[in-house]
Amino acid sequence: MSEATESTAAALFTYALRLGDDALVLSQRLSEWASRAPEIEEDIALTNIALDLLGQARALLDYAAVVEGGTRDEDDLAYLRTEREFRNVHLVEQENGDFAHTIARQLFFSTYQLFLYEELISSTDELLAGVAAKAVKEAAYHHDHAALWTVRLGDGTDDSRRRMQAAVDRLWPFTAELFDADDVETGLAAQGIAVDPATLRPRWVRAISDTFATATLVIPPTVWTSHGGRRGVHTECFGYLLAEMQYLHRLHPGTSW
Amino acid sequence: MTVPASTAVSAASDPTAVERARAVSSAVADPELPVVTIGDLGIVRAVDIDVQGCVHVVLTPTYSGCPATAVIRHDVLSALQDAGFDHVEVRTALAPAWTTDWITDAGRRKLAEHGIVPPSTVSSQRVDVALAMRCPRCGSFDTKLVSRFGSTACQAMYRCTSCLEPFDAVKPY
Repeated sequence: MSEATESTAAALFTYALRLGDDALVLSQRLSEWASRAPEIEEDIALTNIALDLLGQARALLDYAAVVEGGTRDEDDLAYLRTEREFRNVHLVEQENGDFAHTIARQLFFSTYQLFLYEELISSTDELLAGVAAKAVKEAAYHHDHAALWTVRLGDGTDDSRRRMQAAVDRLWPFTAELFDADDVETGLAAQGIAVDPATLRPRWVRAISDTFATATLVIPPTVWTSHGGRRGVHTECFGYLLAEMQYLHRLHPGTSW
Repeated sequence: MTVPASTAVSAASDPTAVERARAVSSAVADPELPVVTIGDLGIVRAVDIDVQGCVHVVLTPTYSGCPATAVIRHDVLSALQDAGFDHVEVRTALAPAWTTDWITDAGRRKLAEHGIVPPSTVSSQRVDVALAMRCPRCGSFDTKLVSRFGSTACQAMYRCTSCLEPFDAVKPY
């Protein structure tokens, strides 16, 4: 393998991990709502979204494993990596909080993912383009769900508006990281393989502003922003999530149903 | 059930064997919506037999995370083996992405007869204005979306405000 091909493969591995880990970790968080959502329809909705994300994560982690050389498989990547080896953004690992927090996180992430997949459909990488073409309709559906709830809660009662705005304020600092790009994204984007997330930001801000205008919510001033997930540096709550997700697999390695 | 290798190899040159393998695969019932077959749903994308006599089946999932995918793969494998095809490989392909437009007319009819509203055939275009859903029991258009998500990844829940019965509809996708 030439040096250039080798470095492209290494970047592609990291890129597939980043996208796959975002989907996997958010799926795990949303699954925590099973049996405890505010109403039965939402219980089903949030776990349905979790299922879509898990399917996307499996396809992406399976691809990462293939690109890496086949020494590990999707399960090894999901269950046997440590905290520092995960490449997801901080937003998706944040705790569910109340329903408003979960909806704010959904709105921020699904809007980003929708725009990302819309662009990734044109990737020169057949697998990434295939995943994007499949998942773009799912992301659109997740976005519609989150936007409807954001409006309903924001433009609702005094209490629901207050709590929705509090959720937005709490999670806003984690949105900047969605658009971080390093050599991995910019290098692959130059080859037509990846999407440079920085290019998605103006559209994302416009879409969020439009939804907030209808929902009578405001974008808070940016006081600080959280970064580091793409390099494997995570927030405190992530270790607890991984412990729960990986416990069974680590206790009974290689067990199947 | 196993067949001698010689039979399997001759299957490759036998066009009726491909037709038979295709029919057997397509007739497998969907595990979550057993009133329709996977052929009706349009998720069997290709069935071929190579020169070694191995049957290759390509399936596509409805949704990325559809939990039925693994069960379907297993069901197709055993149906083909029961039909005498010894060597079978079932592969899942994401591209081109499945759309509800691929549900056959027979599939739509069976869903409707079972009280599940089949999707409209304009799925590929995203429509922001939802069309009124017709109640599969009383035929009224006076229906209400209860939840955009339903009992399977591909359905949404509705309620008829005339006969008051709840019903499922396949999401246009």
